[in-house]
Amino acid sequence: MRLVLETRSQTPPALALGAPLLAVALTLVSAVLIFAALGQDPWRALQVYFIAPVSDSWGLQEVAVKATPLVLISVGLSLCYRSNNWNIGAEGQFLVGAMAGGWLALATHGAPNGPWLMPAMLAAGAAGGALFALIPAVLRTRFGANEILTSLMLVYVAELLLDWLVRGPWRDPQGFNMPVTVSFEPEAIVPLLLEGGRLNVGTPIALLVVVLAAVLVGRTLKGVEIRLVGEAPRAARFAGFDTNRLTLTVFAISGGLAGLAGVLEAAGTVKMLQPGLSPGYGFTAIIVAFLGRLNPVGCLVAGVFLAITFIGGENAQIMLRMPLDATRVIQGLLLFYVLACDTLLLYRPRLVASTPA
Amino acid sequence: MMLLEAIILTVITASTPLLIAALGELVVEKSGVLNLGVEGMMIMGAACGIAAAIFTGSSAAGVLAAILAGMAMAALFGALTLGLAANQVAAGLALAIFGLGLSGMVGAGFVGAQRAGIGKIEVPLLSDIPLLGPVLFNQDPFVYASFALVFLVARFLNRTKAGLVLRACGENHAAAHALGYPVLRIRFLAVLFGGACAGLAGAYMSLVLTPFWSSGMTGGRGWIALAIVVFASWLPGRAAVGAYLFGGITILQLHAQGAGLRVPPQLMSALPYLITIVVLVLIMRLRRGGAAGPASLGVPFVPDR
Repeated sequence: MRLVLETRSQTPPALALGAPLLAVALTLVSAVLIFAALGQDPWRALQVYFIAPVSDSWGLQEVAVKATPLVLISVGLSLCYRSNNWNIGAEGQFLVGAMAGGWLALATHGAPNGPWLMPAMLAAGAAGGALFALIPAVLRTRFGANEILTSLMLVYVAELLLDWLVRGPWRDPQGFNMPVTVSFEPEAIVPLLLEGGRLNVGTPIALLVVVLAAVLVGRTLKGVEIRLVGEAPRAARFAGFDTNRLTLTVFAISGGLAGLAGVLEAAGTVKMLQPGLSPGYGFTAIIVAFLGRLNPVGCLVAGVFLAITFIGGENAQIMLRMPLDATRVIQGLLLFYVLACDTLLLYRPRLVASTPA
Repeated sequence: MMLLEAIILTVITASTPLLIAALGELVVEKSGVLNLGVEGMMIMGAACGIAAAIFTGSSAAGVLAAILAGMAMAALFGALTLGLAANQVAAGLALAIFGLGLSGMVGAGFVGAQRAGIGKIEVPLLSDIPLLGPVLFNQDPFVYASFALVFLVARFLNRTKAGLVLRACGENHAAAHALGYPVLRIRFLAVLFGGACAGLAGAYMSLVLTPFWSSGMTGGRGWIALAIVVFASWLPGRAAVGAYLFGGITILQLHAQGAGLRVPPQLMSALPYLITIVVLVLIMRLRRGGAAGPASLGVPFVPDR
């Protein structure tokens, strides 16, 4: 017996929704097995991991706080991946955005500032992330350097730059030698949606970005270009689309969104700059983008799901003493299953009796 | 004289894992598959290698476990990208994320557990030659293996029929299929070889270079190995040059810090990554866009029955 893939002439619409759900179901089954292997009661672990984070209003707010950067970054990445541009350095663009916005907050610290500061910080963050993402894009379009490798290498560079800044020039002199900056002033902190809550205006911004991206992909010529370049590059060339320009555009958009997520995280959630600013949002967002089938609305749903695994992982570490690496394993498995299930969309797998060669 | 010798010796130890991993990936890419998950396979090799070595008390068992771990990870990748024709870039990323997490769980029980490194093999007489002797003929088995591997991979690819078939799969899988070669099976074997090499490189990291486990200890070397393959234009001999160039930079950075050079240590740590970018750009300029990788690299192949 062997497995044969038959190309489908068209994808059944129910499958487009079913495939990611199947991947999630398979991940949950695997999670149960992993929990059991770690000597946990699987049902209790499953409850702590996936149910507890969404069972009260505090938990739901936490999920939204964590989902916000994931959604922002993954929407940008989905535009890249759709057009066959492999930006895997969103983690670095996130950090550069946080540094660019944070620089404004620190430069105006103790000086008179006003309501202009917050919008300026957000703009600086987005610009910083976009410029940082343009480095691999330009190296690809001008020199043909592989953007996968260059964008990833720049993640390490951004991490080290942040590390240097908060240990050196930007360190809080009263911080007992801790590698942190001063806490941002109230004007430099992203306003909360509700007094006493955890949600800030970053979350509605992310929702707005999802809507804008959905319109861009589904309703504009740029969206057609993105899809065509990804699915049929030759046809796109004959249609006169400039693939180099598109590479620069999608890298700038995705870098800008990652940078925006970064400054929102620094000025909204953490309220200062420190080395461990991101728990790997930039890499997890890659999984979000694929789980969301490279579709902005899909990214929203997938972002919420992966935010749950982040919080569930933290809960499990505290309540069950489970290693935080278990979360990474589950996230990695999820991406495997998503990719495997995507095969169902393009091909009909069929077992046939092996024929002698 | 002694300092020069010491520097050369450390360069060799820094370069060896890069070279082994790069050679494995080179064969994988020559068969037309792009496996970006080298980092994940490598760190799994490092974790399983030290775990098995401590558990059994035998370095050989550790090396074997590392190779098997790398191959198991590679088999997972192969099943996805070859069996199910999944996107190779995404599957490689998944392999890297998954490997980093799983290695943390495997290695968790061994944090801080020290063990003696693997001893060196001294070639009698030859190792007494000043400078050249200690550098070339008094090394650990991995170093000898890495040089043998350069020779064997080059010979396999260019001088054997099997190597020719493997390259045919990478250049034009449809034609290789039409000639009756089992493209997917050949690619799967190549992917397994790549996994074995990455696992071996990981074992070098955790058994020789820093003989203990720390989470994320490969620190991006798997990614640099990928860059070396591009740098080498898919030629094994040039991969050796590339690996030693990168290994040399890593060591240069350490010595510059030791010599009290007044630059931020973070800048020195960023140097290997920055140089990787510069080298990737320069090599593309020199090549003027021509002589890129294998023509079918990264393109999934689904045979028609």
